[in-house]
Amino acid sequence: MTWSISVDTGSCLGSGICAGSRPDIFRFHGSYAETITGTLTPDEDILDLADTCPAAAILIRDESGAELAPRP
Amino acid sequence: MTAADQRVQDYPFNRPEGLDLAPAYGAARTAPGMIRVQLPFGEPAWLATRYDDARFVLGDRRFSRAASVDRDEPRVQFHRGSGGILAMDPPDHTRLRVLVASAFTVRRVERLRPRVREIADRLVADMRAAGSPTDLVEAFALPLPVQVICELLGVPAEDRHLFRAWSDGLLSTAALTAEEFARNDQELSAYMAGLVAQRREEPADDLMSALIAARADDVERLTERELVELCVGVLVAGHETTATQIPNFVHVLLTRPDRLAELRADPDLIPAAVEELMRFVPLGATSAFARYATEDVQVGAVLVRKGDPVLAAIGSANHDESRFPDAGRLRFDRESTAHLGFGHGAHHCLGAALARVELQEALRALLALPGLVEAGDPVWKTQMLVRGPRTLPVAWEER
Repeated sequence: MTWSISVDTGSCLGSGICAGSRPDIFRFHGSYAETITGTLTPDEDILDLADTCPAAAILIRDESGAELAPRP
Repeated sequence: MTAADQRVQDYPFNRPEGLDLAPAYGAARTAPGMIRVQLPFGEPAWLATRYDDARFVLGDRRFSRAASVDRDEPRVQFHRGSGGILAMDPPDHTRLRVLVASAFTVRRVERLRPRVREIADRLVADMRAAGSPTDLVEAFALPLPVQVICELLGVPAEDRHLFRAWSDGLLSTAALTAEEFARNDQELSAYMAGLVAQRREEPADDLMSALIAARADDVERLTERELVELCVGVLVAGHETTATQIPNFVHVLLTRPDRLAELRADPDLIPAAVEELMRFVPLGATSAFARYATEDVQVGAVLVRKGDPVLAAIGSANHDESRFPDAGRLRFDRESTAHLGFGHGAHHCLGAALARVELQEALRALLALPGLVEAGDPVWKTQMLVRGPRTLPVAWEER
């Protein structure tokens, strides 16, 4: 199973928390974060990071397209 | 370029009184690489003064905060606190941070805005009832963030006089003895542990109760000591900086009547003004929380050797002309708002969204005071890690 992951550059505030915490998944490009690949092996820690992104800019979906994070 | 090529300069550069950025930063930003500095205590360090270098060092995982624990960290005060999550690296850091961070996301904090607005408006009404002039710090700047963080965390705001003294002690650069510092630290922790014990018996709708529940769910995830340290960290960090930036922002605006008039004419500019003021005001009396290289890392022209500490000069980075043209001018129409006022990377300010809401609502409420002016010179803090007025006398037209 794989999840899809993306960063919405429209809402990203460039805090750098994601890239500073998990450089294997995120990197910093210009003033915004981006994902290194669009997919992800299921990882609870990344869900936590997406939940607590100050801009709620990290979107994670499962294979069916259901939104896993950010959770409200 | 390596450490051996460089003369070591005494640091910090900034004077504690006022909000000026020391001219030495301008010189450092045009130097070929980073510069070497020596603080009053601890080992010498590299100092990143340019925007790109500072952001890189703060955001790159090869720079560690956890490594500072075993080193003689560069600092302005003799004593050292435990550091809490500021002395940890991912993934340990992330494990603790996310427990608290969920209470501080933009979505959650926006729900608090009406309550923040209510408190700000009530404080302004109290100021008007008591009459002009008054000290903005005691009457408004301190009680607003204290009330907000107390309600969010679950600490009785009536205890303000108690934890203010302890909090001041933790953030002070004064020459406290090791015993004084330790006693202060222990008293605040004991106070918080007492509140945690109460909340465990009687949970409420607050962050402390949520953390207690998280520990009950999974005792491996959060130790009792970490729980108390997190609450102390949220309480201290959650009010001192905002309480300092409110009078800083007001002072900057009242001494620039054109900008003040612009905001009064168009209050929709307040969010942009808060971002610009976060960039413009060099809050720190010094740079702190050195990052230690865990391997050799090239930073601009400098090869930082494994084990070397690097400090990021945030106030200087925020005045880097290559990133912020006309950096010395306060203007609310900048395209780039990517300032480093809340830091950057894994340790980016946990409470940034809450601070923004508080600062925006503070300015909005204070702008409603007609003819607001300074009624005397601010008296500046001199022995704290953050710079700002200890007292700021203000007057307004009573109508």
